[in-house]
Formats: sequence, structure tokens, C-alpha cells
Amino acid sequence: MARKAFLIDMSRCIACRSCQVACKQWNKLEPEATVNRGSYENPPQLTPQLYNQIQFIEQGQGDELRWLFMNQRCMHCGDAGCIKVCPSAGALYHTPEGMVAFNQDKCIECHYCVNGCPFDVPRYDRKKKVTKCHACVDRIANGLVPACVKACPTQTLRFGDRDALIAEAKAAGKTVYGESELKGLGAVYILEDAPQTYNLPAKPAIPASIFLWKDVIKPLGILGFWGAMGAALLHYVTFGPKKLDEYGRRHDDDLNPPEKGA
Amino acid sequence: MTNHWIDIRNADVVLMMGANPAENHPVSFKYVLEAKDRGATLISVDPRFTRTSAKADIYAPLRSGTDIPFLGGMIRYILENNLYFDEYVRHYTNASFLVSDDFQMPGELDGLFSGYNAEKRNYDKASWSFQRNEDGTPKTDPSLQDPRCVFQLMKKHFSRYTPEVVSDITGTPQDQLLKVYEAYAATGKRDKVATILYAMGWTQHTVGTQNIRAMAMIQLLLGNVGMAGGGVNALRGESNVQGSTDYGLLFHILPGYLPTPNAGQPDLAAYIAAHTPKTNDPQSANWWGNRGKYITSLLRATYDQSLTAEEGFGYDLMPKLDLGQNGSWLMLFDRMHKGGIKGFFAWGQNPACSGSNAGKVREALAKLDWMVTANLFDNETASFWKGPGVDPSKIDTEVFFLPAAVSFEKEGSVTNSGRWAQWRYEAAKPLGNSRPDLEMINDLQFRVRRLYQAEGGAFPEPILKLSWNYGFKMPDGSIPHIDVHAVAKEINGYFLEDKEIAGKLYKKGDPVPGFALLQADGSTSSGNWLYCNSYADKGNLMARRGKNDPSGMGLYPEWAWCWPVNRRIIYNRAAVDMNGKPWDAKRPVVWWTGNGWAGDVPDGPWKPMSDAEGKKPFIMNADGVANLFAPGLNEGPFPEHYEALECPLDKNPLHSERINPTIRLFSAGAVGEDVDAYYSCDQRYPYVATTYRVTEHWQTGVMTRNTPWLLELQPSNFVELSVELGQEKGIKSGDWCVVSSGRGQVEAVAVVTRRFRPFKVQGMTIHQVGLPYHYGWHTPKAGDSANLLTPTVGDANTMIPETKAFMVNIEKKRG
Repeated sequence: MARKAFLIDMSRCIACRSCQVACKQWNKLEPEATVNRGSYENPPQLTPQLYNQIQFIEQGQGDELRWLFMNQRCMHCGDAGCIKVCPSAGALYHTPEGMVAFNQDKCIECHYCVNGCPFDVPRYDRKKKVTKCHACVDRIANGLVPACVKACPTQTLRFGDRDALIAEAKAAGKTVYGESELKGLGAVYILEDAPQTYNLPAKPAIPASIFLWKDVIKPLGILGFWGAMGAALLHYVTFGPKKLDEYGRRHDDDLNPPEKGA
Repeated sequence: MTNHWIDIRNADVVLMMGANPAENHPVSFKYVLEAKDRGATLISVDPRFTRTSAKADIYAPLRSGTDIPFLGGMIRYILENNLYFDEYVRHYTNASFLVSDDFQMPGELDGLFSGYNAEKRNYDKASWSFQRNEDGTPKTDPSLQDPRCVFQLMKKHFSRYTPEVVSDITGTPQDQLLKVYEAYAATGKRDKVATILYAMGWTQHTVGTQNIRAMAMIQLLLGNVGMAGGGVNALRGESNVQGSTDYGLLFHILPGYLPTPNAGQPDLAAYIAAHTPKTNDPQSANWWGNRGKYITSLLRATYDQSLTAEEGFGYDLMPKLDLGQNGSWLMLFDRMHKGGIKGFFAWGQNPACSGSNAGKVREALAKLDWMVTANLFDNETASFWKGPGVDPSKIDTEVFFLPAAVSFEKEGSVTNSGRWAQWRYEAAKPLGNSRPDLEMINDLQFRVRRLYQAEGGAFPEPILKLSWNYGFKMPDGSIPHIDVHAVAKEINGYFLEDKEIAGKLYKKGDPVPGFALLQADGSTSSGNWLYCNSYADKGNLMARRGKNDPSGMGLYPEWAWCWPVNRRIIYNRAAVDMNGKPWDAKRPVVWWTGNGWAGDVPDGPWKPMSDAEGKKPFIMNADGVANLFAPGLNEGPFPEHYEALECPLDKNPLHSERINPTIRLFSAGAVGEDVDAYYSCDQRYPYVATTYRVTEHWQTGVMTRNTPWLLELQPSNFVELSVELGQEKGIKSGDWCVVSSGRGQVEAVAVVTRRFRPFKVQGMTIHQVGLPYHYGWHTPKAGDSANLLTPTVGDANTMIPETKAFMVNIEKKRG
């Protein structure tokens, strides 16, 4: 299947936040009690109950004043830090469309994905399981566009064949963000200014520590695990099974001595 | 709207002033951005930099209440630089008409037009008239040179609105002012067109009607009316408010914009005589000459058809206004406040939050014997008796609550701003005991009827002779389930007897195919002549969903149905030259083929104007042309700047009349204890304030505050103010503040923003703040209604309250 993607043209966004609400409606996300902190932006950041959020960015002043809007969400990276770092296969995965989805049944609550994400996207919900934008997997698998795209009145949000959307944007003379970063983002942006203006990293990268984990420590760890198993087997073969002491307790039980007075 | 939503995409310039469509009409922005994609220039003029301004190519700030100087300056710019569309102005407007020699203007009379009566606060309009020939047609000077012609008078009147003068009133920097003028006035060419999108930011002023008048004049000078991508477009704030206006929601009109009869019109003939204009100009269609057909057909639809012509078909039964009576919102609540009203239906509304000077409204509700509220949710009106500062034991008003069905739970038509009547279906059954409004009204009608039948009472005929044939009748005559299709068909109208018209026989009971066939002799009925054709021989056209667009310009003639007679752009005969050829070949709306019109449904079948049998394009005016000089309005035939009732200036910079000389003043004195007091140029209330809506909430928030997903986005009342004012008052973003006016106070979270900036006016620095009016005490922690601050004063013509410009103070909340 050809890779799909969001094309998000912030120059068309009027910050109506239909995307925020439509997402909550489709995904049955709970409303949250918020307070006005002196801004239209609310909730202040992505939460387990908020998969995409509009940021309101006020810039300059007087005649130079600009009010920019940014749709923050999972970028559905081609090379996804969250998947890379996840120790539980299938908890986070690429859908056939190329979007990054999750399976809470397989989530082992380790929070590694939080550190593995260059965009600070994954959140943990009340069940302590990972949650984030999954591009409405249940909709796109059935040929529908994600709920946010459906609700957007200005075509800020579009969803479709990734190559075609990018080609169209380029033909219109736009520069896109996310075309090749991290093997191509699944949320490609048209911005009116530098990425940093929109609180986006200019060159997004998976944190180096992740490579250390994924490519060095984790393989070593796996090696270490099997190494230890192998050593244990060797020990068993060589010395035979551990003998119980005369009270029928294993030696290890001493690690948990009964509490005083018990 | 003269045009429609999709048509916005055809514009070369989109001016958004007195409106904030990105926030309040987000779907419109689909078309606004399509215009931009085509290369259009987007202009936002607003006291505050809004989400609309964020998308605009040009943003110009102006102090609330100074739209007329801003637009007057544009009229001057167009005239001084000869940027008007000469041929259009000469032939399609009254620019060439000669005005009475007695007529004088504010430049001569220190702010007043001729004929002012200071005691009555009104004008004798005798001098605001045209010089006429013996046959009644106006005298004209086609060269537009006569100093008494409308064109020259207009030029003289607006010559006072120089960029320097305007900028010093509006606070708009001159360079931005000129940028707007230049971009907009560039559409005076025949193949360029601009549209204006306006809303409550223009209407809710004491000079609201004249704000719109000023813009209509600009559109006429530039030849933008009737054109695709042009027109004067009111963005209506509710999905069906266009429909409710069409159906006579307001006190002064019956369905189809027929004036409400008054006590001075004792019979139908007198009514018709008073409201049927005449002309001797063979080229004027004078469409209101048909008034008698429309009122008669309305009476035939309303009352028992046994009533005869001698009985005026029921005209005597129709409620009539006393002479000079004004039954508008402010007047009703004033009367209620004085104890003059016993009972009140608050149907689908929340006046305790929506009414200007809401504190007065809340006091007024306590003086009722009974109140019925029909709504989706409990709200500040239904529960006013337990509101803040109210002791329920002291309230005698008996309150009834009727739970109402949501729009998606009932079938019927909704008319949008573009005049499209779209049929909708019941998507879900009403929740619990809630019921559609129509069912409630049906029940109410039968119960009241039965009471009159049983008890007689004073003047029972208007109820007993009401015709009510909307469904299957039980033996006792009642209708258990009202049929919305029967209502819609009666609105369209029927032939009540066999009738032959132009060789064609229409049978008794046939639907009338169009309003041109309605009759003044009582042989037809129509509940609203404008909707005649919507549900006729071809069935329910409002239910159509055809997607053909032969024009390629988004007219979609088979999508739903549009009044009048499916005409998508009204005044479209002004989109062509004298020979019926489109001014703009790229965007033709209608054109004359030699033996008929093609394109949109034309504004009448007559030949183009160059033919002796042709007609002038503005068919609703007796003279057949558009009014650059409009003698009908109360404060003058040309717009003139007057300050808001509450303003920061002690003097109008242009002349000695500070405020609109024809507004009704409710307060006895300027400053005092009474509930309607106003506080202009008062140190206690030094800041200009305005109210508005945000995308996330709707109206007083009864629906949206009860939708937790929306409350999450905008949880509480807030007040926007500039960084400079924040510094001056020690207020930071996120601080709770108290905003107060002479009438009340509300708490709100400060949003300190560079999107508001101080205005330089008359050598002073003037600060402005703004608050949404979506909140109410019924929602915990949300704050109360901003309408507790707004004044009891209305526009001089419409009485719409002035909630867009008033004076307040703001302080950080203590403790």
C-alpha cells in the first residue's frame, strides 16, 4: 500500500479547533476541566485525552504583528523513535498506511516511548497505557479520512497519498516540513516561517540515548540475558539442581527475612 | 446576503469589517481562502487583531463606533480620485437626481440635516426629497454636474472626511487607512469586484443602519452590486435567523417583509394604499406595486377562507400597532421592567444573558406574573429567580420550562444567510419528553382555541377564525401530530378557486407556482410570498440536493431552493450593461441572448434597459435605481459620523452633535441612579469596550457551555486588553479582573495581548478592551454575562442595542 500522510497547511488554519473537538468526539476522549491562563490555547498541551492541539503563537507587534497557529500532533515518523525504543513488540506499530498506531493490550507501561519521541507526543492515560494520535486507524482502514480532517473547514488538514500530497504542495510553490526527516514524517507541514517559530525542531532526530539503548544496550542486554541463561544451564549441568536446606527453604529466602516481631 | 456563501470565492477583494468570519462563521473561510487562492486581497478592519486578521493581507485597526468616518473617507477617496464605475453610477443609481433646494447637510448645519426637531429628536423629512417633474418622475442631470444633484451633494458631504480627519477620529494610522482605500477602490473597474462581509460589528451601534448604508454606497459607486463576487453580505449569526426574519420575527414586519398594520390603517384598502408605491416611469418595475397581492394572499393563508373581501379577508383580526408604537426588544423589556407585561414566552432564547443591560432584564423578569421558557437546557433566564443576588422567596413570577427538541431532532426548513431554504430531516428522536417547537405551538393553539370556545372572552375571533389545517384532524377538530409539509405547502400557497391566468387554467387546490401569479382578489393564498415557488407543482424544491453548476461559479441552482424564485444573486440585472451584456465577461451572472435571459434567474423577465420595454435593475425601489441618496432613514439621507452614546470624547470632532440626534434616550439624565444611566466621558469608566463571540461558543452559550468538549477550549469569561493598558493597571495575563460599567460588573480572566493596541485620537491615547458575551452564572466558575455591562440604547432605525461600543473600567480583582 502506498504510504499515506497528513498534509497540514498552517497558512490555511483559522484556529477554529474543529480538529481538536472532532478527534475527541470520534475517539470518545473525555472532556477536561481547564482554566483560562490568559490565552486561547487550551488544554495547554497534549494530554491522554487530547490527541491534537492548536497552539496560538503571537509574534511581533504593531504592523508587524502575526498570529500563527500550529496543529500539534503525532508526526507518524517513518523512522519512529517510539517504535524503535518500545520493548514490547506490537505495542506501537506502523499501520499498512504508514501511520504510527498503538495497541494498549501490549503496552507494558515502561514510558520508553516518551523519551524516544523527538516531538514530545506520547502520553499515558489513567490505565497507565500509551495513547496518542493514531490517525483514526479505524477510519482510515475503512477508507475514511481521520476525524480531524473531516471536520476541518478550510482544508488546513488533508489526508491521502503521501507522495501525491507532497508533489501537489511543491507544485504550488510551497516548502514542506517533514518530507525526508526521520525517513519522512507522516504529518507533513506547510509552514509560513521557520520550524522553530512553530515550536518544531529544525532537524528532528531521535534522541541519541535511544540509539544507545536500541542499538547497543538492548542488543547487549539481550545477549546478556541469553548469556546468563546459558551460564545457568552450564551451572545446572555441571553442578546439578540447587539443594534445599534441612528446613525445606531455598537459600534465596534469606533475602526476605521475616519482619521483626512477626 | 445579496449573494451567497460560495460566491465569496469569486471576489477580487474581500473586506471583512464589522465581522470576524474566521471565528464566527468558520465555514465561510473555506470560500474566503478560495478567493485568496485565486489571488484576492483579504482585508480585516477591526478594533482587535482577530483570527480573521491573522489571515488577512491588510489589517487596519479602528476605534469601536467609528466605521462611518472610516467608510466616509473611502467614499471621498473614490470620488476625489474618480475611481467610481461611471456608467453604473449614472444609469443604475440616483446619482443624477436633483434634490430639493431646501435640503441642507451637516457641513452647513453643524452636524444636522435640514428639518431637525430637537424636542422630538426627529426630522421633518420634507426637504429630503427630489425635485420632480409634473408626472412625478424625478428631475435629473445626466451630466452629474448640477450642484443639487445627488452626486455633487454626496461629494460635498464626504469632502469633509479627509484621511487626516478620519485617522484622528478612528485612530487608524493614515498609511493603513489608505492601503485599505486603495485596495478596495481598485474594484471600480467593470471586470473587478469586491465583497463586503459584515455582521453584528456594524449593526450593534446607535448608527448601525448608517454603517451599512455607507458600505452599500461604496458598493454602488464601484459597481459591485448584482455582480458575482460582490454585493452587500450580512453574515447571519444563527443557522436560521435569515429564515426567522423572512417570516416576520420582528415586530414591525409580517412574513415577506410586509409592514405590520397600524391603527392608522383601519381597513385593507387603507393598508394597501399606504404601502403601495407608485411610479410613472415606464422603465421602473416598481415591484412593491404588488403589495396588495401579497398581503391579501397572506390573509387568505392565515384566516378562515370563509371571510370575504368585504371583511378584508380577516384584516380586521390582525393585530395592529398603535400609531408610533415601537415593539422592539429594548422597548419590551423597558415595559416589562415598569410592570407593564404580565406573561412572557422566552422561546429558544436567554435574555438574562443576551439582552443588553442584562441586569435590567433580570429585574424585569421578576415583575412578570408568569414566564414560559422553551429551551434545550436550564439557563440563566429559566432560573433567574435563583440567580446571584436574587432571593427566591421574593420572586412571584411563576416559571414553566418546556424541554425543546434540538434542530437535528425535527424536520423542516432552515434558511441560511445566502437565502437558501434547505430542507432537513429528523436525524434522531427527541430526547426524553422534549418536543419540536412546532408540536408545542400546535398544542398551544388548540388549548387557547378551546378556552376561547368555552369561555368566549374579549375578541375571540382572531383565534377562532385562524385557519389551522396542518394534518389529520380528530373528530373534535384537533390535530395530534402537526405535519410540517402541510405548513410548508401553505407558505408556498394555493389557488383557492379555479383561475385562468394568461391562457392557463389553475385548479382550485393547485399550489401557486410562483409569486408573479399571486392575486389581490382573494383567489390565492400564500403564507410568505417570498417563498412562493419553494413547494409547488415540482414538489419540495428545498429538499433538492443537485450538484450541477452550469455557471461554473458556484450558483448550484439545483441545490435546495433560494428566495426569490431560486435567484441566487439578487439585483443581478445590475451585473449587465444597458444592452444586457455582462460588465465582467469572466464572471457573467446573467446575460441577454436576444430573446431571453440566460444564467442565474434574472431579476425579472423584461428586456435590457436600452430597449423601450426594458426595466431598470433595482426593481424594489419605485424609481428603479439604487439609492445613493436615501431619504427613508431616520438620521439623514447620507451617513454622518456621530459618537457612540458612551464614548471617550466630550465632543464630536466633526461638529457639535456628539451622538446620533435621533436615537431614543431611555435615561432621564445623563448620569444618575436610574437603571438606564449612561456614562460618557466619565473618569470612572475611561476605556472603550466591545463585546463579541468566539469560535468555541455560541450566543449566550446555553448549548456550548453544556458541551464539555467546548467548555474545555474556552472555560471562562475573559477580557482582552493591550500590553500597554496591562502595564498601566498592573494586570498580567491570567489575572482575574473586574470589568465594570455604569450598569454592572463582571469578573473575567485577563488576556493581555499585542492584538489590542491603544488608539491615538484627538491627541489622546485611548484604550479599548473586549469581552465575549458567552458566559453566565449557571455554569460554575465561568463568570457572568458581559451584557451586564452594556447600555440600554439602540440604533435610531432598528433599535438593535449598542453593545459594540460602550465605556468601562477594569481593575485587577482583589483578594
